[in-house]
Amino acid sequence: MIRIENVSLRYRTTPILHDIDLTIPKGGVTALIGPNGAGKSSLLSLIARLQPLQTGSITIDGLGVDSTPSPELAKVVALLRQDSVIASRLRVRELVGFGRFPHGRGRLTQEDCNIVNQSLRQLDLTDFADRFMETLSGGQRQRALVAMTLAQGTDYILLDEPLNNLDMYYARTLMQALRAIADENGKTVVIVLHDINQASAYADRIVAMKGGRVVGDGTPAAIFTPDVLEGIFGFRMRVETFDGKPLVLHHL
Amino acid sequence: MPDRRLIALGVAAVACMVAFLLTGLRGNIAFVLELRAIKLAALLQVGVSIAISTVIFQTVTGNRILTPSIMGLDALYLFGQMLMVFLLGGIGYVSLDPWLKFGVEILTLMALACTLLLPMLKRRLDMGLMLLAGVILGVLFRSLHSLLARLIDPNEFAVAQSASFANFNAVRSDLLIFATLVTAGAAVLAWRARHILDIVSLGSDAATSLGISWVRTVTGLLLLVSGSVAVSTALVGPVAFFGLLVVALAERIVDTRRHAVLLPAAALIAIVVLVGGQTLFQHALGNSSALSVVIEFIGGILFLLLLILGSRR
Repeated sequence: MIRIENVSLRYRTTPILHDIDLTIPKGGVTALIGPNGAGKSSLLSLIARLQPLQTGSITIDGLGVDSTPSPELAKVVALLRQDSVIASRLRVRELVGFGRFPHGRGRLTQEDCNIVNQSLRQLDLTDFADRFMETLSGGQRQRALVAMTLAQGTDYILLDEPLNNLDMYYARTLMQALRAIADENGKTVVIVLHDINQASAYADRIVAMKGGRVVGDGTPAAIFTPDVLEGIFGFRMRVETFDGKPLVLHHL
Repeated sequence: MPDRRLIALGVAAVACMVAFLLTGLRGNIAFVLELRAIKLAALLQVGVSIAISTVIFQTVTGNRILTPSIMGLDALYLFGQMLMVFLLGGIGYVSLDPWLKFGVEILTLMALACTLLLPMLKRRLDMGLMLLAGVILGVLFRSLHSLLARLIDPNEFAVAQSASFANFNAVRSDLLIFATLVTAGAAVLAWRARHILDIVSLGSDAATSLGISWVRTVTGLLLLVSGSVAVSTALVGPVAFFGLLVVALAERIVDTRRHAVLLPAAALIAIVVLVGGQTLFQHALGNSSALSVVIEFIGGILFLLLLILGSRR
């Protein structure tokens, strides 16, 4: 369980997050949605201790993110940022292997190699495993980064807009893979999504943010209504029901 | 595959060392060999320390065209030598206690390096600002250096001039032992950090997410860099110039950025370049001009060749 209490954040004088109180239960897929600049990425980076907490507290399974040693936390929570830089002259397999760093401090055992191969398979990267990262397309790189994050093998997986650069086929594949590891391996996935129909189809729970506050928290059916969506995104959109799930016609 | 290339590099490095020790051996062989062995040790020390510090510096800054010399360390060293000649006179400069001079030089160079590198510890690294500061300080020291050069007596200028090129001919063996110990320590630390360096090259966010304590790790690595550059520079003079060349060559040859391979490859290439260059310099060119000229000329051509060959593949 991720418990966020009274968390605020400001850069110099600009407030980013206001008094966030949020509990994300263990297991399942939680989607963070909201307009640009809502504070979704900042919240994720605080959970993954990429920035120091200014106020409040965040605990993951009872471990305080500011008090637990970083190597310990790396076995519990993994984060993929949306703007990851990639070192050059790096093969896909090596990058995915870096995901095992928290477990062996860089020495790969047979078990680690199996996990790396499994992550490569999950993201359909086996054929690219020995290519250099800089020779891949944007979407293939994105998949390699996701594979690295999965290879870390943590109970909590935080993904910041992982569908960036992915075509429809791989966006769907990735969402299905995340759904599967949540259902079969009991992992907790927290994912920032802009495509709210993906959120509707694959997430158990939606957390909506706007202006640094949580403005909605509930099942897709509860959040994806014309009124609530207008409150979040500032325009009215049609919502239909398809296969029992809300389908938002936001482009019309 | 990279292993075979490492072995080839190792063979080349040993060949260069043998050539350096044995070429044109005559007269009192024991005496000459001892002299050459001391010089060889200095070359090895400098080569290894520059290779390691450049690799680490590039990894930490996430930029492959930076070297520690961008921080103005060479310029500060030159200015320091000129200032000492100016204040103490040529005779006073030459009769300075070598340990005192060596120690003060190391401390000054490390102080400058740390002042410039400390901003890097902040999460949001302002690389542009740091580089600008380094380049401007470099220009400042160089200008002060040439101002002093105009003020002093021509005879004393010759003394300062001779200190402005890397010089392996007059290395004191007691200082060399100290410098070698420092470099050996740095090499061991760098080797033990090879996996951590791989992770650091992913940048602060990804590294933190993988459990690296960024500030602590990077502080340690930068201290290592500034320490080994300062010691080498204080020992033989400005040497950081060939770090860029060595690391770029190493990366082309072993075709990976993994530090378990890149660190030894860079160190071996530095040895080949430095020892081979010095051999050539002494025996083929009769000690005229400066070693840096030889290295940059041959190394530059080699690097361009590799680039062209690489783009054809």
